[in-house]
Amino acid sequence: MSTIEIKKATKRFGDFVAVRDADLSVGAGEVVCLLGPSGCGKTTTLRMIAGLERTTSGDIIIAGQRMNELPPEKRDIAMVFQFYALYPALTVGENIAMPLHYEKLSKSEIDSRVMNVAKIMHLTDVLDRMPGHIAEGEKQRLAVARAIVRDPNCFLFDEPLSRLDVELRHSMRGQIKEVLQGLSKATVIVTHDQLEALTMAHRIAIMKDGVIEQVGTPHEVFAKPINVFVASFIGTPQMNLLEVDLGQVEGDVAMMSIAGSPVKVPVDPAVRGLKPGKVTIGVRPRAFAPSQDATPDTIGAVAELIEPMGAETLIHARAANGGDIRMVVPREKKIKVGEALHLLPETGQIHVFGDDGKAVRS
Amino acid sequence: MAENISILERLGFRKASGVGEAGWGHTLFAAVVAFIYFLPVLFIIFMAIKPQTLALSVPPTISPTTLFGLIPDEYVFSPTFENFGSVFSRVMTPGGAPENTGFDLYFFNSILIASVSVLLALVIGTLAAFGFSRYPLKGNDTYLFIILTTRMLPAIVVIIPVILMFRVVHLSGSYLGIILLYTAFNLAFTIWMMKSFFDELSLDVEDAARIDGSSGFRVFFKICLPQVIAGLAATFVFGLILTWNEFLFALLLSGPDTRTVPVAMNQAVSSGGRGTDWTLLAAIETLFLIPVFLVTFFLQNHLLRGVTFGTVKR
Repeated sequence: MSTIEIKKATKRFGDFVAVRDADLSVGAGEVVCLLGPSGCGKTTTLRMIAGLERTTSGDIIIAGQRMNELPPEKRDIAMVFQFYALYPALTVGENIAMPLHYEKLSKSEIDSRVMNVAKIMHLTDVLDRMPGHIAEGEKQRLAVARAIVRDPNCFLFDEPLSRLDVELRHSMRGQIKEVLQGLSKATVIVTHDQLEALTMAHRIAIMKDGVIEQVGTPHEVFAKPINVFVASFIGTPQMNLLEVDLGQVEGDVAMMSIAGSPVKVPVDPAVRGLKPGKVTIGVRPRAFAPSQDATPDTIGAVAELIEPMGAETLIHARAANGGDIRMVVPREKKIKVGEALHLLPETGQIHVFGDDGKAVRS
Repeated sequence: MAENISILERLGFRKASGVGEAGWGHTLFAAVVAFIYFLPVLFIIFMAIKPQTLALSVPPTISPTTLFGLIPDEYVFSPTFENFGSVFSRVMTPGGAPENTGFDLYFFNSILIASVSVLLALVIGTLAAFGFSRYPLKGNDTYLFIILTTRMLPAIVVIIPVILMFRVVHLSGSYLGIILLYTAFNLAFTIWMMKSFFDELSLDVEDAARIDGSSGFRVFFKICLPQVIAGLAATFVFGLILTWNEFLFALLLSGPDTRTVPVAMNQAVSSGGRGTDWTLLAAIETLFLIPVFLVTFFLQNHLLRGVTFGTVKR
C-alpha cells in the first residue's frame, strides 16, 4: 500500500528546532498539502520523508516500513523540487529516463515508458533538447514527468508551482491534480500558497514554527479553524480578528460588545464555559451582511477604503472604537467612502477564541 | 540622433553603454594592446627562423617579409628552417659529423612527465575536492589550509630534503620520482580549484538524483562531473603550464634519461664555449611553445567558461 506515516518526527539543527513532534498520516491515493509561512518547517518535513534530512527523533514510515535509516535512493519515492533540479548535462529524454536506471529494463522498454510520460506531460517535441534550452513551463512539466515515470511508493512535491507565472500556475495546478488522480499514490505537497493547497489537497496540514497546528480537509480548516493562527492564515481576504467584551451567555446566544456596539449573537454552546471579559472573535469578510438601517444587534462602522476585486468589492470599514473591519460584498452593492454601515454577522459565522488562542467549540 | 555623433564616436569609440558589440575603434585599440603583449613571442619565433649570422646583426632584422614594401630591405631576413633541424641533430665538434643532441628524448620526457603528472593530479584532486565539498570532515577548513601550505614554501626551501629523501628511496633520476613530485606539486592547486567548482553546483540536483535511485558514485560520475567539465579543462591547462615550465625540481631531480626540455635548454646554452647560439635557443623555445599552445587552443571554449565560472548568473 502506498502510504506515508510520520510519527512524532522532530528535526533539530543545533539548538534550532525546525520541526517538533510532527504527526501526519497520508493514505493511499490521498493528497496532503503542508501549508505554512516560509521558515515554518514544511520543507524540512518533506525532506525528512525523502531521507534527505535525518530525523532527530521520531519515525518515518513509508508503505508500512520504517525508513529512518534508509538513504533516499532506497526509499522508492519520487520528488519534484522547487527549482526543478533537472540534470543539466542530460537531455530532456535522458532526464525522464534517469529514475528507470535501476529497474533493469530493456532499451526499448525505457523508450516506451519515456514516450508515454512525455505524451502525458506534452514534452514529445523537446525530448532531444537540453533542460537549459526549454521554456519555464516545460521545465516544470519535465520535473513532474521525471517523477511519474516510475511507480514509486509515494510522491513528494516541494513548492512545485512557485516559479511559474500566474497563468501557467493555474493550468499546471489542474494538470498536476489530474495526473495525481490517475495514480492513487500517497502524495505530499509543500506550498505557501493557500489557494494551491485548498484546490489540490484532500487534506491540509497547517504548520507554524515547526509545529503542525491543524490537519483537516480544505473545508474543515476553512470553516473550523482550530486556533487564531489557522483562522488568520486560511482565507483571503484575511479573517477579521476582533477583541470584544464577552457578556452574559444564555444558551447559545451571547451578549458581546463588538467594536463598541452591543450585539447579541448566536455562538457555540461551549462558549458558555468562558468567563465574561475580553475574548477574541473571528469573522470572515464574506460573513457580514451590511444593512442600511441601524437595526439592533449590528456593528456600527464607516466605510473608509473601497477596493473593487471584480465580482466582489472589498471594503475596509472603521468601527466606532477605531478597529479595522474588512468586508466583502457583491459587486452590485454600491457603497461610498464615508458611508455609515451597520454590519450584521451571519449566524454561525462567529468564531470565538479563548485566552490561549484556541477556538472554543463543542 | 545622427547629428550628435562626436569625433570619437565617428572613429568607432562608442560611449560605453555596456550593450552590444564594441565599435572598430575599441576593437583596434584592444588589438594593438594584444600585439604589444605578443611581441616577445613574435621576437622568439622570428629569431628561430633567422639565419644564425643575423641573430645579433646591427641594424636588427625584424621581419621575414617586406610587408609589400613597407619595411626597407635592410631590416628583412630570409627565413630558414635550419635551426629546427639543429635542435635535434647538429655538428658538435669542428669538422665532425652531425650528432644527435638528445632533444627528441627531452621533448618526449617533457610531454610524458607533464601530462601524466597533471592527469594524475586531476584524477586524485577531483575526487578529493568532491569529498571536501560534499562530505566535509570535522575541521574541513583546517585540512584545506594545510593542503594549501604545501604551495606556500618556495621550491628552493623544500628541494634539499626532497633530494635527500629521493636518494634514500632511489627515486632521483627516475620517471616515477619526478612524476610523483609534480603530481604532489599540482594536487593542492587542483583540489582548491575543483572544490570551488563543486561548491557552485546546485545541491538540489544531487538530491534529486539520489531520490531517483542513484548511488553516490553515480551521482558523482553522471551528474556532477559533466557539470564541471569546464573546470576540469581550466585546471588541466593551468596545471600543465605550471608543470611544463617547471625548472628547479627538474634540474635537481631528473637524470640524463629523464631530463626535461627546460633543463636541457639550460645546458644547451651553457655548454659549447662558442658563445650562446641564440637562433638555436629560439628554435627550441618555439618548439617548446607548440604543445601547450595546441592544448590551450583546443580547450579554449571550456577555458573561458572555466575562468569566469560563478561570476556570471547561470
